[in-house]
Amino acid sequence: MLDLVHLVLFTFLAVIAVAVIRLKDLFAAVMLMGIFSFLSACLFTVMDAVDVAFTEASVGAGISTILMLATLALTDSEEHPEHNRFKLLPLLAVVFTGGALLYATFDMPLYGDPSAPIHQYVAPHYLEFTGADIGVPNIVTAVLASYRGYDTWGETTVILTAGVGVLLLLGGHAVVERFRRRRSAGDEDGE
Amino acid sequence: MTSHVILRVLLKLLIPLIMLFALYVQFHGDFGPGGGFQAGVIFGAGMILYALIFGLDRAREVFPPRLLEVLVATGVLIYGGVGVAAIFFNGNFLEYSVLSHDPVHGQHLGIMLVELGVGLTVASVMTTIFFQFAGRGRTDD
Repeated sequence: MLDLVHLVLFTFLAVIAVAVIRLKDLFAAVMLMGIFSFLSACLFTVMDAVDVAFTEASVGAGISTILMLATLALTDSEEHPEHNRFKLLPLLAVVFTGGALLYATFDMPLYGDPSAPIHQYVAPHYLEFTGADIGVPNIVTAVLASYRGYDTWGETTVILTAGVGVLLLLGGHAVVERFRRRRSAGDEDGE
Repeated sequence: MTSHVILRVLLKLLIPLIMLFALYVQFHGDFGPGGGFQAGVIFGAGMILYALIFGLDRAREVFPPRLLEVLVATGVLIYGGVGVAAIFFNGNFLEYSVLSHDPVHGQHLGIMLVELGVGLTVASVMTTIFFQFAGRGRTDD
């Protein structure tokens, strides 16, 4: 039964991915990307990764769809490909890379395999000691905020950097104007 | 802005619920799925929804961009501040156990403060980015 759910969700993901590539209407493509994210979130939920599903649904389907739509409002919602000729080399590169990736998956441990390396390294320690060390029921939170606090600190800094970057790139003029106005106001106060 | 009556009426009801849910996700992250990042995104989505329906100018009055810029840095400062505070309590950077007499209490306190910092930064960065995108091409600022 669970396999059937996985199969249906993965099929939908593949169909939507192809549709996004084929579509020339970028508005529809953005909407399909949102649906893609929601289906991924469903898949994560079925795989019991609720925190990841939560993030995928809110970031992938929510915020990034809105930001893409805002970008489309600034630019153009129609794709204008310059040439539609068939090209052999890109197709070969894609087929080769995809084949290599597929080949690599044969070496990966099966989904839910308890002897997989990722379940043997630090995960048993987290599962065993979270109750006594941290005392929070959600182990994901304990790992994110406490055991891996440095990583989350880095991620927060990345988000800060993204915000500062957008402010400087898109709001640069307004920021400069604000400082100029403040400086001129300060001069008037001084006189 | 006289159109979209149904959307506006519905969102007036929905936006407080969205923000309340964001706070729930923020402070219930220890017990259920969620945490600062998800809560920040949901809170930011609430603010962005407000801007989408009631217009950018009104949204900028309710959520002043200057305040959001300050909050972006405040979140990271709270996170780093917890780490530095742990050093002052004779611990390592971000070692929450020393923050309280009971190590588990210290962990709880540290996680809550750190998640609060993450939530503040994420919510204000998301809204700031949207304001910048949506305000692009306008000459009023």
